[in-house]
Amino acid sequence: MAHGPAKGLGRWLFTTNHKDIGTLYLLFSFAMFLLGGAFAMIIRAELFQPGMQLIEPEFFIQMTTMHGLVMVFGAIMPAFVGLANWMIPLMIGAPDMALPRMNNLSFWILPFAFAILVSTLFMEGGGPNFGWTFYAPLSTTYAPDSVNYFIFSMHIMGASSIMGSINIIATVMNMRAPGMTYMKMPLFVWTWLITAFLLVAVMPVLAGAVTMMLMDINFGTSFFNAAGGGDPVLFQHVFWFFGHPEVYIIILPAFGVVSQIIPTYSRKPLFGYSSMVYATAAIAFLSFVVWAHHMFTVGMPIAGELYFMYATMLIAVPTGVKVFNWITTMYRGALTYETPMLFSIAFVILFTFGGFTGLMLSVAAADIQYHDTYFVVAHFHYVMVAGAVFSGTAAVYYWLPKWCGRMYDETMGKVQFWVAFIAFNITFMPQHFLGLAGMPRRYSDYGLQFTDWNMVSSVGAFLYGGAQLLLLYNIVRTVKYGQLIDDPKVWEGAIGLEWLVPTPAPYHTFVKPPVIKEGAVGAEEWLIDETPSYASYKTVTDAG
Amino acid sequence: MLKRAPALFSSLIATTTLMFYNGVFAKAGDDSEVGGGLGQLNMPQGVTDVSEAAFEVHMLMMWICTVIGVIVFGFMFYVMYAHRKSRGVEAANFHEHLGVEIAWTVVPALILIGMAIPATSALLKVYDTDNPDIDIKVTGYQWKWQYEHLGAGIKYMSEMRTSQDEIWGREPKGEHYLREVTQPLVIPANKKVRFLITGNDVIHSWWVPDFGVKRDAVPGLFTAAWARVEKPGLYVGECTELCGKGHAFMPVVVEVKEEADYNIWLTEKKEEAAVYASTIGKQWSHAELMEKGEKVYQISCAGCHQPSGDGIAGVFPAVNGSAIVNGPADGHIGILINGVAGSAMQSFADQLSEVDIAAVIHYKRHSWGNNVGDLIQPADVLNFKNAQ
Amino acid sequence: MASEGTYYVPEQSKLPIFCAAAMGVMAFGAASWVIEGGDPFIFLCGLALMTVVMWQWWSLVIDENMQGLADEQLKHSYVLGMLWFIFSEVMFFAAFFGALFYVRFFVNAWIGGEASFGMFDNTPTDAAVANNELLWTGYERQWPVMETPDQAVNGESALFKGPDRSMSLPLWEYPVSQWLSKLYTLLPWLPLWNTVILLTSSFTVHVAHNGLKAGDRAVFLRYLGITVMLGFLFLGLQVAEYYEAYAHYGLTLESGIYGTTFFMLTGFHGAHVTLGTVMLLIQLVRGMKGQFSQDDQFGFEAASWYWHFVDVVWLGLFLVVYIFG
Ligand code: HEA
Ligand code: HEA
Ligand code: HEC
Ligand code: CUA
Ligand SMILES: [Cu+2]
Repeated sequence: MAHGPAKGLGRWLFTTNHKDIGTLYLLFSFAMFLLGGAFAMIIRAELFQPGMQLIEPEFFIQMTTMHGLVMVFGAIMPAFVGLANWMIPLMIGAPDMALPRMNNLSFWILPFAFAILVSTLFMEGGGPNFGWTFYAPLSTTYAPDSVNYFIFSMHIMGASSIMGSINIIATVMNMRAPGMTYMKMPLFVWTWLITAFLLVAVMPVLAGAVTMMLMDINFGTSFFNAAGGGDPVLFQHVFWFFGHPEVYIIILPAFGVVSQIIPTYSRKPLFGYSSMVYATAAIAFLSFVVWAHHMFTVGMPIAGELYFMYATMLIAVPTGVKVFNWITTMYRGALTYETPMLFSIAFVILFTFGGFTGLMLSVAAADIQYHDTYFVVAHFHYVMVAGAVFSGTAAVYYWLPKWCGRMYDETMGKVQFWVAFIAFNITFMPQHFLGLAGMPRRYSDYGLQFTDWNMVSSVGAFLYGGAQLLLLYNIVRTVKYGQLIDDPKVWEGAIGLEWLVPTPAPYHTFVKPPVIKEGAVGAEEWLIDETPSYASYKTVTDAG
Repeated sequence: MLKRAPALFSSLIATTTLMFYNGVFAKAGDDSEVGGGLGQLNMPQGVTDVSEAAFEVHMLMMWICTVIGVIVFGFMFYVMYAHRKSRGVEAANFHEHLGVEIAWTVVPALILIGMAIPATSALLKVYDTDNPDIDIKVTGYQWKWQYEHLGAGIKYMSEMRTSQDEIWGREPKGEHYLREVTQPLVIPANKKVRFLITGNDVIHSWWVPDFGVKRDAVPGLFTAAWARVEKPGLYVGECTELCGKGHAFMPVVVEVKEEADYNIWLTEKKEEAAVYASTIGKQWSHAELMEKGEKVYQISCAGCHQPSGDGIAGVFPAVNGSAIVNGPADGHIGILINGVAGSAMQSFADQLSEVDIAAVIHYKRHSWGNNVGDLIQPADVLNFKNAQ
Repeated sequence: MASEGTYYVPEQSKLPIFCAAAMGVMAFGAASWVIEGGDPFIFLCGLALMTVVMWQWWSLVIDENMQGLADEQLKHSYVLGMLWFIFSEVMFFAAFFGALFYVRFFVNAWIGGEASFGMFDNTPTDAAVANNELLWTGYERQWPVMETPDQAVNGESALFKGPDRSMSLPLWEYPVSQWLSKLYTLLPWLPLWNTVILLTSSFTVHVAHNGLKAGDRAVFLRYLGITVMLGFLFLGLQVAEYYEAYAHYGLTLESGIYGTTFFMLTGFHGAHVTLGTVMLLIQLVRGMKGQFSQDDQFGFEAASWYWHFVDVVWLGLFLVVYIFG
């Protein structure tokens, strides 16, 4: 088995190698990020001024919908699955993922699913025009025919996610190197294990929701129709039972990434490892019981509303534990500020800011004013863009040298960070003001009083788009021309199995598992007892 | 410059945050003027108990979060500054401390309990819909509102008045761009008004920020809200649930009148309806029908079937050249009265008067390429209705 | 945790991407099929491709296993895979059970103008009262919903008409004496027999498993054979029940929320029974070919877990759809 990758295109199409599949996921998600970003640019361009300038209101809504869907399902989730594929086997000393062929299947479903989804834009009647939350009956009775394509593409996307997560669970539970106990696993592995559990639990519920839609649309059932005894609000309950855990599916791996990076550049073990694990588990548990905080205005009985408010507020406790642990990890460390660290620090600050607005949203009486306004849009872009995207960017800068054996240009990295950081705030900070002043979301046009902040936000968005192009440039440049390195450790303060394998990581690693010693988590001494064997093959970049 | 990144970083954060809080904590104007511009940063305080309660918990939450933020990030910035490697510090190696872990679990939990109390009492206000003086039924349609004064026997549609030309930039935008309607909801001051809100087609959401009322208009089910407004005036809101392409174009406008004025208005409205009813029996001429019909068409139909009558392929059928439009009158009347089940074509029986329906049908049968050549009278529509 | 040996990492394979393509074609085909005027051609192409791929894939896995490539650790991966797959199936059903619960206990009350649970007090909300007075006048809270809200308002011209008879047999409504005399009505009651069949089959599959573990091939094959037959019997009765429902009960997918939840829950369960039966059938064929040994029987075990899962779901259905329906 110890030989290198196949030549040519077949390597990528038929691969069973976790590193190749990880790369595929990362490339795919970046492409989707650009596509979803391009949709966002259309939205922001139209909203630059009041009045309809560029597109029809109908197309605007399709853009909003596709932007949300592509970003959530196409960009962020696959990006973190890609990181999981690359890093989890390396971090736990496994030769590969537990079920390598299924791993390839999980990936290749995605291009098909998104081809179907995006093709709806070119169909008669246009693409999905009901928001990424596709509330019935707008998405059932009143949707264009293309909704059926949307439904089935969600089905296979869900199948892909479920298989990918099962693979991760099986890998973590079954493939850890001897001595790698659960409470020794790096936090990234822990957060992914819990995320995978969330995915297996809620993706089927989403499948149920779209199936009910399918039946209502085509087969005369009345799940979402009060005339037959159903209720449109039922859709929202089912959707958000999936949807709320989904947002933690997006953020938990990001927590994991940041928990790897901050100790490295603090040169100090992660503070409160076990409380980090328990906090993650607590967040995951709570995420199942708070879903209706998205529905404070649907007219639930007050008992329900109170319950969902209290439960939601509780999530601040374990999340706070995480934030405090990160900061205390930095406390009395020896800090340096390389690009990944900058992104991680920005993550901590901006995510917390988004968490604070989240907490404000959880107060039902105030949410009456916030709900479905740009305040909510601002909230979730703070947690998802400054949360997931920033941490994903940090991860790429952090691990790219390990992947390809080349160092990125630190100055360019910092430039990208500062442009992204500043532009991000210019884009989304004003959306808080817009929301509070009363601008509803999913509006293709708005009253004159909202003009100024919308202009600011649009300018920021274009700048932020530029920052992403800069990221693309940095990555391509590094992979092609970056300075060659061969220090396995790459970063002075890095600790973990992935930093013991050669740089760039050989095509096959840990063919024979390493044995982990006793010792404190995160300390260098516990790492390895018996040197594992690596395959001698190095990646193409190095060979060529 | 990059060496000093952390310092720059912190000052940037500080300025952004300051900008945010300075703006937001500035006392918001309490009149219902349109406001806007760069200075409009915070939530309006509104004019009802509920909106004030919402505003207060909002401010409270904001302050609590600010204080926590200042403490947490203050400490973080200090660490970032003081414990830089470039200052020659050695990293410590501790990684656990049960005491602080417990403290920062318990303290936030206590803070949350502190927040939950005012949050609960504010929510109780929202739900206090008992014993209203007046009931208003609010129905969301694609893309307009219908208001019915329950018990008073009055109902009317409220549609956006801003013209397509303004929207598409062929005409300068007026001061009340997208915030003006054909007929605002009229309610009396100093009375407890209960809104019973429902939807006709898809889910809409009826929001008047100044009242602190936002309730989804779910088809087939009611939601309830209430307001007691002291100050007469115009209050403007929006539809806040995505309801299709016209979502941005169905503003909510409420006019609060002194009780006496309200009663006068009510009587006038009733008389108007009576006068209107009397025209049903009248014979209308081609010209009259065309004139009225065009108006109705532009407001109620053109949004979907387009001003040209050509519809949008695959979504909204053309009425120009349509077999139904050019066929027997009853077929056409039937579609308007009953709608087409399971499609966006709603029933207009409740929305338009018999006169309007007759006029618009007549108009369509004699416009664009259509030329049927008969006369449709309101009485025909009435007969059709009665026959059902 | 890993053992000493090396884990079997398969070579490159063409199967996954063809499988993904088959799923893509099936998804696209299914969508174009359900749209009015669509036809199943593309879907069937995808299905054909999928069948070929699946066949190849499982043959490959079985082959590898026969070659001894699958060590204990790999088998454990398969076990984990199967168990978590079953968990995801549980959650899929949870969505539909949840929907049933919600419409039955909440929506039904609100449309009927009543308070849902009355946990705090029993006065209906303003909204509920208005629902019943202004929108669905005349609708009364009921389960199963035999007269839909639509019917209550529009009578004969309603789009959604409730069924003429329900499938449930609410015995608990009767006092004990009558309850006993009611028992005889149970005899022709199909769902009861289906329950008996499935429970028995769960038992027989267990006996088969024991037989296999004890190395008694005859017992294994005999009881597995019985299980498969029971599976088909169940499906046959289910079809008969559906026929009855459509032909004589007026109970269809379109008959309001009762028909909706009834057919969606039992229908998805039926689909899973079909899948489970096919899985067991394949294991039976493999067993006859002698592919299992006393300690190597993952394929069969996976199928039998699936079967137990399907059985448990049925018990849930029997309770909430039939008994307390
Ligand atoms: C990554 C995704 C992500 C994350 C992590 C979160 C995190 C949180 N979200 Fe967010 N949310 C979204 C993504 C996310 N959200 C999305 C996408 C939507 C909109 C969906 C749509 O409608 O399209 C949304 C909408 C949304 C709503 C509905 C708003 C509406 O539509 O009206 C609510 C309401 O309660 C909410 C609340 C919260 C809360 C309480 C948290 C908490 O987890 C935050 C906890 C964190 C902190 C509080 C900060 C750190 C804590 C401390 C420093 C400790 C001390 C603090 C205190 C004691 C105050 N969110
Ligand atoms: C993780 C998810 C995620 C991410 C990363 C983003 C990123 C961005 N979002 Fe996102 N957004 C959502 C998730 C996300 N969003 C969701 C779920 C919704 C709700 C949808 C709904 O209401 O249904 C939403 C809605 C939403 C709205 C509200 C729309 C409305 O209500 O009508 C707006 C408006 O400003 C917006 C803006 C942006 C911007 C400017 C970015 C930027 O960060 C994007 C930056 C990236 C780029 C700009 C790409 C760079 C490339 C180019 C510029 C070149 C183009 C390239 C090619 C053509 C190859 N988003
Ligand atoms: C919200 C969108 C919408 C509005 C507003 C609307 N319609 Fe329609 N209309 C439709 C749709 C969709 C159909 C197609 C229904 C179907 O057959 O599925 C339709 C069909 C029709 C038809 C039948 C056309 C044919 O040839 O099949 C007529 C006639 C018609 N509408 C008249 C009107 C009139 C008159 C008005 C205004 C008073 C109006 N519509 C307002 C959406 C709308
Ligand atoms: Cu009506 Cu949005
Ligand atoms: Cu949520």
